[in-house]
Amino acid sequence: MSSPGHNREVIARRRERGLLLLAVPALLLLGAIFAWPVLRLLSMSVEGGTLAHFEKAALDGLYVSVLLDSMKIALMVMGICLVLAYPVALWLSRAGRVGLALGMFALLLPFWTSVLVRTYAWLVLLGRNGVINRTLRDWGWIEAPLPLLHNTAGVLIGMVHVLLPYMVLPIYASLLRIDPDLPRAAEGLGAPAWRSFLRITLPLSLPGVSAGCALVFVLSLGFFITPALLGGGHVVMVSMLIEQQVREFLDWPFAAALSTLLLLATLAIYALIGRLTRGARLATQ
Amino acid sequence: MQLSVQGIVRRFGPVAALGGVDLDVAEGEFLTILGPSGSGKTTLLKTIAGFEIPDEGTVLVGGEDVTLAPPRRRDVGMVFQNYALFPHMTVAQNIAFPLEMRRRPREEITRRVEEALRLVELQAFGQRLPRQLSGGQQQRVALARAVVFGPRLLLLDEPFGALDRKLRESLQLEVRRLQRNLRLTTIFITHDQEEALIMSDRIAVMDKGRIEQVGFPGDLYARPATRFVADFLGESNLLEGTAKGGGAELPGFGRVPLPSTQPDGPVTLLLRPEALRLGEEVEALPCRARGTVIDTVFLGLSAKLRLRLEGGPVVLARIPLRPSAPPPPAEGDSVTVGFSAEDVHVVPRT
Repeated sequence: MSSPGHNREVIARRRERGLLLLAVPALLLLGAIFAWPVLRLLSMSVEGGTLAHFEKAALDGLYVSVLLDSMKIALMVMGICLVLAYPVALWLSRAGRVGLALGMFALLLPFWTSVLVRTYAWLVLLGRNGVINRTLRDWGWIEAPLPLLHNTAGVLIGMVHVLLPYMVLPIYASLLRIDPDLPRAAEGLGAPAWRSFLRITLPLSLPGVSAGCALVFVLSLGFFITPALLGGGHVVMVSMLIEQQVREFLDWPFAAALSTLLLLATLAIYALIGRLTRGARLATQ
Repeated sequence: MQLSVQGIVRRFGPVAALGGVDLDVAEGEFLTILGPSGSGKTTLLKTIAGFEIPDEGTVLVGGEDVTLAPPRRRDVGMVFQNYALFPHMTVAQNIAFPLEMRRRPREEITRRVEEALRLVELQAFGQRLPRQLSGGQQQRVALARAVVFGPRLLLLDEPFGALDRKLRESLQLEVRRLQRNLRLTTIFITHDQEEALIMSDRIAVMDKGRIEQVGFPGDLYARPATRFVADFLGESNLLEGTAKGGGAELPGFGRVPLPSTQPDGPVTLLLRPEALRLGEEVEALPCRARGTVIDTVFLGLSAKLRLRLEGGPVVLARIPLRPSAPPPPAEGDSVTVGFSAEDVHVVPRT
C-alpha cells in the first residue's frame, strides 16, 4: 500500500536515518567519554546492592539542607538572570545592525575568558579592600566595607555574570521568531505598546524564557568553581559536597549517591519547567 | 471624504517610495490601489494605517488630521497579507482583542464577537486556534477582527495572495458583500488587475510611487490616461502612428480616423484585443489589415491569436468562440483583421 502520506513517511524516515549516520562519530565519542563513565559512577552508588548511601544522604540533615540551599541559589540565579536578560534580549531583537553586532560582542565576550579567570577577577572587585568597596569609601558613600564576598551575595553576582548569556540567547532567538506583523497588528487594533507587549510579545516568547530558565537553573545547580571561590566556604553547593567526598574522604560510593540525587533533582526541575510552559510552546509552534 | 491623502512623500534614502500622492475616498466606497510590486502601494497603505510616517503630506481620516497619530488612535481596521492572527489566542480571543483594547464591557464583547463570527460564517470555530483553520478561514477571522470594532476605514493588504483560485474568487465576492452591508470605506491593495476589476467601485493605478490614474473600472479600461495604465490593465495593442488632419497613419492598417481635436504629430493608439475582428464581418469595417497567424491559444470562451501584420507590427486579437462556429485560424494561416474607428482610444502623451 502506498498512499501519499505513507510515501512521505518512508522518505522522511530514510532522510532521518542518513542524518543519524552523520552524527555517529559524535555519539560514539560522547558515549565513550561521557555516558559510560557517568553510568559507572552512578552505579557505584548502589554497589553491593545496598541503598545505604542514599539512606545516609537522605537522613543526615546536612545533605538535604545543602541540596535545598543549592536549589534556592539556583532559583535565585535563574530569577535574577531572567529579569536582567529579558530587556537585553528585547533590545537585541530590535537593534539595528551596528547595535546588534556590539550587543552580541559584549554578550559573548566573556565566553572568550575562562570561568576561573573571571571568578578571580570578581575576587579583586568584590573584596573588603576590592575596587568596589574602596571606590565607594573614597566617594564617602559608605563607612564600612560592604560584605560582597564570601557570602550569598558574592556567589549570586559571580554566577549571574557567568550564566547571563545562557538566558539572553534563547529569549533573543524566540523573540526573533515572532512575526513583526503581530505586534504591529496589535497596535493597529488599538493596543498601546505595553499592552501589545504583555498580550502578544511576552506570551509568544515564553518558549525562549522556558529554555533559558531550564538552562540556567540546571547549570546553576551543578556549579562549582564560582560558588567555591566567591562563597569562601560560607556558601555550600551540592557540587562542593560531592567534590569533598571524592577528594578528602575518598568515599566514591557516597559521592555517587549524591550525584545521583543531584541528577534526579535536575531532571525533575527540568521536567517541571517543561510542563509549566508546554501550553505556550504548543500555541506558538 | 472619509479618507483624504494629500501630497504624501516618503523617501527611503535617495529613493522616493512615494513621490507626491493625492487620493480621496468617499464614505462607503471600495477603492483598489492597483500596481506592480515596488510601485509603492504597500507603503501608501502603511502610511494610511500609521505604520509609516510620511516625509511630507497629510492624511485625513473622517476629516481629522492623523498624519502623526499612532496606529492605535486611527480607528482603522487592517487585514495583513499573512493575516497576522495571534497564534496563541483562539479565534474568539483574536476577534475580541480590539474590543478589549477599547475596554468595552464583557457582555458587549461576547455579543459582538458572536456577531462577527456569524458575519464571516465561522460560528462553530470560536474556540479553535488559528493554525487549526484553513487559509480561507484564517482570512475570514482576520477580516472579522478588522471590522468588529466598527473602524472608520478598512485596509486590505493583498489578502487573497496566498489562496488558490477558486477560494480566492468566493472570498472576493464575500468581502465585497460584507463591505456593502457594513457600508465600510475600504482601501484594497492588489497587483492582480482582474481582482481589481471584480471588486472595486474605483481603482487607483500606481507606478513608481505615483498614482497614474484614478477612475471607475470601465473608464480605466476603455480610456486609460497613460501608456502605463493602458499596458497594465488588461491586454492591449499599443500602436504608434502619426496624426495629421483628423486621422493617423498606422503601419499595416493605413489611415484611421481620429477625433478632429487631435493635434498633428506622433500618437499612441490603444486597441484592445477584443476590438479586433476576423472573418467575413471585417469586410464592412473601415480599418483593415492582412496578416499571418503566429500562434493561437485556446481559452474556452475565446481564443487568443498573435498576428504579424503585413507592414510590420505584431498584434494580439481575442475572438469569441461558439460551439457551432468553425475552429479559429491556426498557426501560419493568412487572415484579414479589422476594427471600427470608435474602438480606438488615443493614449495621452505625458
